[in-house]
This record gives sequence, C-alpha cells and structure tokens, in this order.
Amino acid sequence: MAFPYYVSPEQMMQDKAEYAKKGIAKGRSIIAMEYQDGILMVADNPSTSLNKISEIYDNIAFLGAGRYSEFENLRKAGIRHADLKGYMYSREDVTAKSLANAYSQALGTAFSQEVKPLEVEIAVVAVGEGGQSGEIYRISFDGSITDERGFTVIGGRSEAITLFLKDRYKVGVPLSDTLKLCTEAMESTTGQRLAVQSLEVAVLDRNRQGRKFRRLTTDEVTELIHPR
Amino acid sequence: MDFRFKGPFQDPGPSFYDWLSSHRPEALPGVRKDTEEGGSDRPLSAMVLHGTTVLALKYRDGVIIAGDRMATEGYQVSARRIEKVYKVDEHSAIAIAGAAGPCIELARLFQTELEHYEKLEGAELSTDGKANKLAQMVKGNLPMAFQGLVVIPIFVGYDLKRNEGRIFKYDITGGRYEETDYFSTGSGGKDARTTMKKLYQSEMAENDAVRTALVALYDAAEEDIGTGGPDLVRGIYPTVKTVTVKGVIDTDERQIRQIYEQLIETRKRGA
Repeated sequence: MAFPYYVSPEQMMQDKAEYAKKGIAKGRSIIAMEYQDGILMVADNPSTSLNKISEIYDNIAFLGAGRYSEFENLRKAGIRHADLKGYMYSREDVTAKSLANAYSQALGTAFSQEVKPLEVEIAVVAVGEGGQSGEIYRISFDGSITDERGFTVIGGRSEAITLFLKDRYKVGVPLSDTLKLCTEAMESTTGQRLAVQSLEVAVLDRNRQGRKFRRLTTDEVTELIHPR
Repeated sequence: MDFRFKGPFQDPGPSFYDWLSSHRPEALPGVRKDTEEGGSDRPLSAMVLHGTTVLALKYRDGVIIAGDRMATEGYQVSARRIEKVYKVDEHSAIAIAGAAGPCIELARLFQTELEHYEKLEGAELSTDGKANKLAQMVKGNLPMAFQGLVVIPIFVGYDLKRNEGRIFKYDITGGRYEETDYFSTGSGGKDARTTMKKLYQSEMAENDAVRTALVALYDAAEEDIGTGGPDLVRGIYPTVKTVTVKGVIDTDERQIRQIYEQLIETRKRGA
C-alpha cells in the first residue's frame, strides 16, 4: 500500500502561498484611486478586449490581476451575485461590502481546499453618493480582505507602487491629475514610458445617472494626459 | 458564490434568465405548482389586474412607444397610475399588456437580462437578439397564460447597425413578429390601431407622431372600458417615450397635456 508522505499544514500553506504570489507578481499592476468625482481605475493592459477592469453593478466595479481565466470566472460570479440580489430585492441593496465578503469566502475556501490555489488578486470598489466616501476592498488569493482608504494597487509590483503613491496621494484631485499620478507610479517601477494604447482606463463617476461605470477611450485618455 | 471551472463549455452562459431557470426557478415570474389548484372557484384571471392599451409607431427619428395608466380588476378600477411602458436599456423599451403582476415582473426580468448580458459579454445584444430573448421569456410564461395570466409585450428598439427604429409584437406562445409601421395591443388595441391606420404617415415629425399616439390612446379609452383616458382632474396622462439614437427619452408631460387640451377642444366643437 502506498503511504502518503507527511507534509505539515504550515509547510503546505506556505508552499501554496508562495506559488500563488509568484504567479500574481508575474503580471502587471492595476490601480484604483479616488478622485474628485468618483473612482479612477487604471490597468497596464495591452489587450483591448481582455479586460482587467469591469462593471459589476450601478456603482460597483471589479479589478482582477493574475491569471485571466481565474479572475474572469470570479468576475462573472460577481455579476451573477449582484444581478440576482438586485432582482430579488432592490437595486440599492446591492453593496460592495457584501460582494467583497462573498469573494473573500470563495477565495478562502478555494485556498484551503483545492490543491492549486487561485493565482489572483482582486479588488472591489464602489463610488459613494451623497457626500459619502467610496469603498475599496482588496482581496488576496487566500481570501484575506483589506479595506483600503483612497487607493489600492493589485498585481505585479504592487508594493513598490503603493510605496510611491503613499506620500503623493491627495484627496479631491481632478481626474486628469489623478490619471497622471497613476501612470507615473506605474512607470516608476518599470522605468519605461507607458504607451497610451496599452492603458485600460475606466471610472465610476458619481455624477452619472444610474450606472456609474464608464470606460475611457484612447482619445479621451490622451486628452487627459497630454491636453492640447 | 460559485465560480469554479466546471469543464469545457459548462459555463452557465451570459443569460440571466437561463441561469435563474436552472439555479433559482422559484424566483422566476409565475405561480408555483402547489398554488395552481387553489381553493377559490373564481378563475385566476378574474382576480388579477387586466385591461390596457399599449402601442408603438415609427417616425422620422425612431420609434414612439406609449401606453395608458389604468389597471382594472373586473369592472373596478384598481390603479390609476400604473406604469406599462418601461425603458429596458439605452436603446430599447417595452410595453406590456395583460395581467399586471406578471407583466411588471417580466419587464424587470428583461431589464436585468439585457444588463446582465452586456456586463458579462462586454457588448450589447443586437436588436434581433433582444427580441428573440424576449420571445423565449414570453414562451416561458405559457403555462400561466393557460390559467388566464396572459403577458403580451411590444418591444421597440433603435437598431444602431441599421440606423432605424424597429417594432416587435408577440403572441402568447412566444411567436415574434416584426411590424413595419405601427402596432397596438391590449383590450383597446384594436381601437387604437384603427385610429393609427387613419392618421399614420411614414417619416412623421416627432410632434405629429406623439399626437397620433395620444389620439389613438384617447379613442381606445373611449371605446374600451379597460383603458384609461387622460385624467384631467388628477393630472394623470398616458406614458409616452421616444426611442432614438439619443436613447430612450420620456416625452414631457406638458407637451402631452397640451395635445390633449387641444384635442378635447376640437372634439367639443364637433370637428
């Protein structure tokens, strides 16, 4: 009879975490940052169709870093969760907090029960209305969840970018300056200029009616970064 | 939250309605099996809100969709301000005739369906795609239709690829038919159609088209007891929406009131 080798639980978790972290660090970074009128989301993403930023509900958006197939599944599950809740109760009962918790549970379970952990880091952001500040939740591969203030960075060299932004982030800055700060932060870690074409940019704009999510086109991004 | 990979092409797909049917069938519009054989001798259809006129007609910039505001229960008025015309997304709207409860639920489900698809796929459904999806949902209501809870929608959309407004009508089995000029359904549908037949011209200007829709609704209200006319005492007027390249826009109530005041003046004079 084959006898399984003994691996201590600590060792197993450590190995899994290391594996997941390695996978996530390979990718590029995504930033979500509050600005004057809502929340700006910027991803270094050369693809125009495989998105890393996506709309979930009226005032909620999703950011996914790491393995595309895995966070895409999470994104779809999030939309189903939100749409079901909105249909069964009411649109205003769909909250970022409840969604972030559901993600945290799902990722935590997957991390402890599956052989291969998910190589993803995700964020759930919601724009606040009526003078309320926004909500930003970052959820890691193991289901650990953090409630961030002002901005968050996921994927790639997120720690270096967070360090760069820490002293430079200010409250109530207009969109163009916030976008410039985000691209500067990304460039600071790679040492290369980012092409406008390789930026995926979207906003949750609280001044919009109904659905607040909007993607910015390459032309709009160019206009914001290099105004004529 | 279930997000795990279930094998090739096992993803539930982009339809909210299909997903709800397989995962939460109890949340679908309808009456559950155990309540079907209720204790009452009255048929279900006699206990729910009925009676409507809703219509749609094409004009120069797109389509107009309109409906009266009254709901009846037998010979009683049960609601005076009910809404029968709904915006479903940026470029489409729906108006529903039939039993009020299932109608409103269907409209809400259809709104969720289109938004759900758009978010999952990252692109809007085509106008034909929307019309076909609605046909499946109406077909899903067939068991209820046999109990008298009929739901008959009119679907209109501005087709951005063809640059024109389009009108679709349905039957209770989910049959989907495209109309070329105008259509009206509900208990007063035939009367409204007769009026539109006389007044309709292709490529009408917006104001003329709105007027045609309102006159048709007025005539339907005169002939059909299930259709409400303009309520001048309470200030309740039919709902009118224009569906064009600019989106779905509610026609200003002042404009509607003005048209009705003129119409009533003309009719008083016997013209």
